[in-house]
Amino acid sequence: MSTAPLERPMTGKKVALSHTAVYWIGFCVVMAVLIAAPLILPEFWRRFLTEILIWGLLAMSSDLLIGYTGMVSFGHSVFFGLGMYGAAAALLMVSPPNLWLAILFGLAGAAGAGLFVAYFSTRVRDIYFAITTLIFSQIFYVIIFTWTALTGGENGLIFPRPHFSIPFLVDARFTTATLHWFVLAVVAGSYLLLRRITQSPFGMVLQSIRENEARTRAIGFPVQRYKIVAVMLSGIFAGLAGVLYAVQNEFAAPDFVYFVTSGDTVIFNVIGGVGTLVGPIVGAGFFQLLREMLSRIFGDQFPYLIPAGFVFIAIIIFLPQGLLGFARRWLNR
Amino acid sequence: MDFLSSIPWQLLLIQTVNGVVTGMILALVASGLTLIFGIMDVVNFAHGELFMLGAYFGVIVVAATGNFWVGLVVAAAMVALLGAALQILTLRPLIGRDPLNTILVTFGISLILQNYALWQFGTVVRKVSEPIESYFTLFYLQYPWYRIFVAGLAAAIIGGLYVILKYSKFGVWIRATTQDRTMAQAMGIPVPLVYTGVFALGAGMAAASGVLFAPLGGVAPTMGLDWVLKAFIVVVVGGMGNLGGSIVAAILISLLEAYASIWVSPSQAVIVSFVALILTLLFKPTGLFGTTVTR
Amino acid sequence: MSALATSATPLVQVEGLHTFYGKSHILHGVSLTVGRGEVVGLLGRNGVGKSTTLKSIVGLVKAAQGQVLFEGRSVTSVPPHKLAQIGIAYVPEDRRIFRLLTVMENLRVGFDRPGVTDTRKRELLDKVFAYFPVLADRRNQAGGTLSGGEQQMLAIARAMMLEPKIILLDEPTEGLMPRMVSQIRQIIDALHRDGVAILLVEQNVPLTLETSQRIYILEKGMVRHHCASSEIHVDHDVIKQYLGV
Repeated sequence: MSTAPLERPMTGKKVALSHTAVYWIGFCVVMAVLIAAPLILPEFWRRFLTEILIWGLLAMSSDLLIGYTGMVSFGHSVFFGLGMYGAAAALLMVSPPNLWLAILFGLAGAAGAGLFVAYFSTRVRDIYFAITTLIFSQIFYVIIFTWTALTGGENGLIFPRPHFSIPFLVDARFTTATLHWFVLAVVAGSYLLLRRITQSPFGMVLQSIRENEARTRAIGFPVQRYKIVAVMLSGIFAGLAGVLYAVQNEFAAPDFVYFVTSGDTVIFNVIGGVGTLVGPIVGAGFFQLLREMLSRIFGDQFPYLIPAGFVFIAIIIFLPQGLLGFARRWLNR
Repeated sequence: MDFLSSIPWQLLLIQTVNGVVTGMILALVASGLTLIFGIMDVVNFAHGELFMLGAYFGVIVVAATGNFWVGLVVAAAMVALLGAALQILTLRPLIGRDPLNTILVTFGISLILQNYALWQFGTVVRKVSEPIESYFTLFYLQYPWYRIFVAGLAAAIIGGLYVILKYSKFGVWIRATTQDRTMAQAMGIPVPLVYTGVFALGAGMAAASGVLFAPLGGVAPTMGLDWVLKAFIVVVVGGMGNLGGSIVAAILISLLEAYASIWVSPSQAVIVSFVALILTLLFKPTGLFGTTVTR
Repeated sequence: MSALATSATPLVQVEGLHTFYGKSHILHGVSLTVGRGEVVGLLGRNGVGKSTTLKSIVGLVKAAQGQVLFEGRSVTSVPPHKLAQIGIAYVPEDRRIFRLLTVMENLRVGFDRPGVTDTRKRELLDKVFAYFPVLADRRNQAGGTLSGGEQQMLAIARAMMLEPKIILLDEPTEGLMPRMVSQIRQIIDALHRDGVAILLVEQNVPLTLETSQRIYILEKGMVRHHCASSEIHVDHDVIKQYLGV
C-alpha cells in the first residue's frame, strides 16, 4: 500500500477575505458614512436621515416577524404608537424630562401591547393573523383617539425633548447632529442585537416555523409560545422606534397608531427585502426619498403615494425578493 | 315592575330597526369580502376603496342623469369592470404564490385608489339625496322609508348572490373551483376567468353598498375605511369564507352597536365590534360558523 | 407485422418528458404514443412516475423539458382547462369528484361547454346514465355521500361528459371490490368500442393486459419496455422483472 504524499495542504487560508471579514468591513464602512453624514449634510437632510433610521428600526422590528417567522403583521403601528405615548407620558410626568425614563416607559408600553396583541392574534394563522393584527391596530387607534383625557385625543401630546444625561457624567441638550448619533447608536445596536437573536437557537426555531410550522410543532416545539415571544420582541423594538420618534419630534399623535403606519412598515419591508434586517432600513430610505423627490418635482399637493403605490405593487409582482433580497443568504450567515 | 318601565323600549325598537339597516349594508360589504376570500384566498384590502369609488361614481352618474337607480347600476358596473381589470393586472400574476402576497398587493391598490380619490375629489363631503323621500311614523320619529328600502335591497342582492351560487352555471363553476381548483381545470372550467368574475362580482357588491349608503352618510374619500374595518371584523367573527356566517355576524354586531349607542357615543360604540372580535378569538378562533369549505 | 405499427398521426405523443417535484427528478425523458381509439396501458411499480406522466400530459404538473403533442400539435404549454375543452379528459387517482356538489352538478361541469346544444346535453346524460344506472338513482345526492365504487363511476362519467378523444385513467380499480373491478373492465371496453382512446395507468396487470392493445412499462421515470399486450403474459419474465408479480 503506497501512501502518496499530499501535494498541497488540505486546508489553507485563501487570499480572498472570508465572509465574516467582508461583512464587518462593510458594516464599518456604512457606519462611518452614517456617522460622518451630519457633518456634511445640510440641516434638513440631517433630520431626514435620522428619521429614515427611526422608520428603519420600526421596519426592521417587523422583519423579525415577516422575514424570519413568516408572520405578516399589520399591527406595528400599535407598538410604535405605544412606545411614543409611553415616552410622552414619562416626559410629561417627570420634570426635568428624563431620557432613560422615557425609554423605559415606552418599552414597557410596547411590551404590554405586544403581549396583549400576541396573545390573541397568535391564535390564528397566516392571513387571519395579518387581519387580526390590523384590527387590533385600529382598536388601539380608536381607544387613543377617543380617550382624550389620557392621550390628548385628536390633538395628541406635546412635550419637551429630554437632555442626554448620565448622572454625574453628562448633561447636554441634543443638537441635530448629536441626536442623530444617539439614534444611530440605538438603531445600530438594535440591528446587532436582532442579528444575534435571529442567529441564535431561538431564531433558528422561528425560521423553522416559517419554513414548516406543522413540522416544527410535530418535533415538539411549543410553537405558539415562540410566536408570542417573537411578537413581543418585535413589538419592543418597534416601541423603541416610537420612543426615538417622540424624542426627535417632541409630539405624539394618534395618526401614528393608524394602520397606515403599519402599512408603511410592511411596504418598507417588502421594498427593501424581507429576512435581511438591513433590507427594511434600505426600504424605508428608498420610500422616504422617493416621497421627498416626488413632492419636490411635482409640488406638495401631489399625491406621491400613487406612484409609490405602483412601485410597491410592481416590486411585489416582479421583484418579490425586494431590493436587497438577493443578498439575503449572505447577510444572514 | 318599575325596572321594566325604565327600559327605553321605544328607543330599543328604533335602534333595532337602525341596527338591522346598518347590518344589512355591512352584510353586503362583508359578503363581497367573504366571496373573494372564500373562493380566491385573496384578502381584498381595497374593498373599502371600491365601496368609496362606487359611491363617487354613483354621485357623478346621478348628477348627470338625475336618476338614482341608473346611478346605482352604472356605478356598480363600472366598479365591477375596474375590479376585473385590477384582478387581471395585479392578482393573476400572483396565482400559485404565497397568498400573503395578495394582501400586500391589494393594500397597494387601496393606497393608490384612496389617494387618487383624495386628489381628484377633495375632502369635501358630497351629498346625494335619497331617491325615496317619504317617511313613516315610528313612535315619535319620522322614519325614512329609504332606510327600510336599503335594508331590503341589500337583502335582495345577497339573495341574488345566493341564487347565482346555487343554481347558475357560473355558480357551479365557482363552487367546483373552490372545492378543487386542479380538478376544476381538468374538467374544462376556465379557472382564471372564474377568479376574475368573482372579484368583479365582489367589487360590484362593494360599489352597490357604497351607492346605497351615500344618501345616509355622505360621500368622502375616507368613507370606505370604517366600513372595511368593520367588515373584516365581521368576516373573522362570522367565520372566514362562510357567507351565511358573515351575514349573521354583520347583523348581530350592528344590532349590538346600535343598542350601545343609546348609552355611549357612536365612536365609542365601535368597541362592541372589538369586543366581539376578542371574544371570538378567545373562544372560537375559526369564527361563529367556522369554514365549511374544504380545499 | 407487429401491432405496434400505426398508420395515421397518433392522437397523443409524449416526447422526452422530464418532470420535477421540487428537487426530485421524477420523469427522466418519458416518451410514448397513443393512437386514435387505442387503449394503452402504463404499468410499473409504485412511485416510478406513472401518475406524474398523466399529470404532465394534462398540464397539472409543469414539465421541465420535452413536449406533448395532441393530434400533431404541441400542447405542452396549453392551460389545463383548454386541454379538457379540446378533448383530453383526466380521471385522477382517488377520483377527486366534487364532494359538495351533487352528482348532477358534477356531470354538468362536463357539458357546460361552449357549443353544446341542449339536445346533445340530454343525449350525453342519457348515455352516461345507461352506462351507470346507479348514478341516475343518486343524481341529486352530494358526491361525498357516494361509495368508493360509485365515486369512481362518477369520475369516469364526468370525464365522458367532456366528449373526450382520450381519457387518462389513473388506477381506476384501486380499492374497489372485485365485482366493481369487472364493471370497470366493461366500461373500458365500452369506451373503446365508442372510439375513445384511453391511457390506462394500473397496478392490476391482468386487467391491463386484457383491455389494452399495447403496454408500456415504466421504471424509475423511464420507459423500459414497450410491446403489444398480446405478446406478453402475466407470468412473462419482463413482467416479473419490472413489476415483481
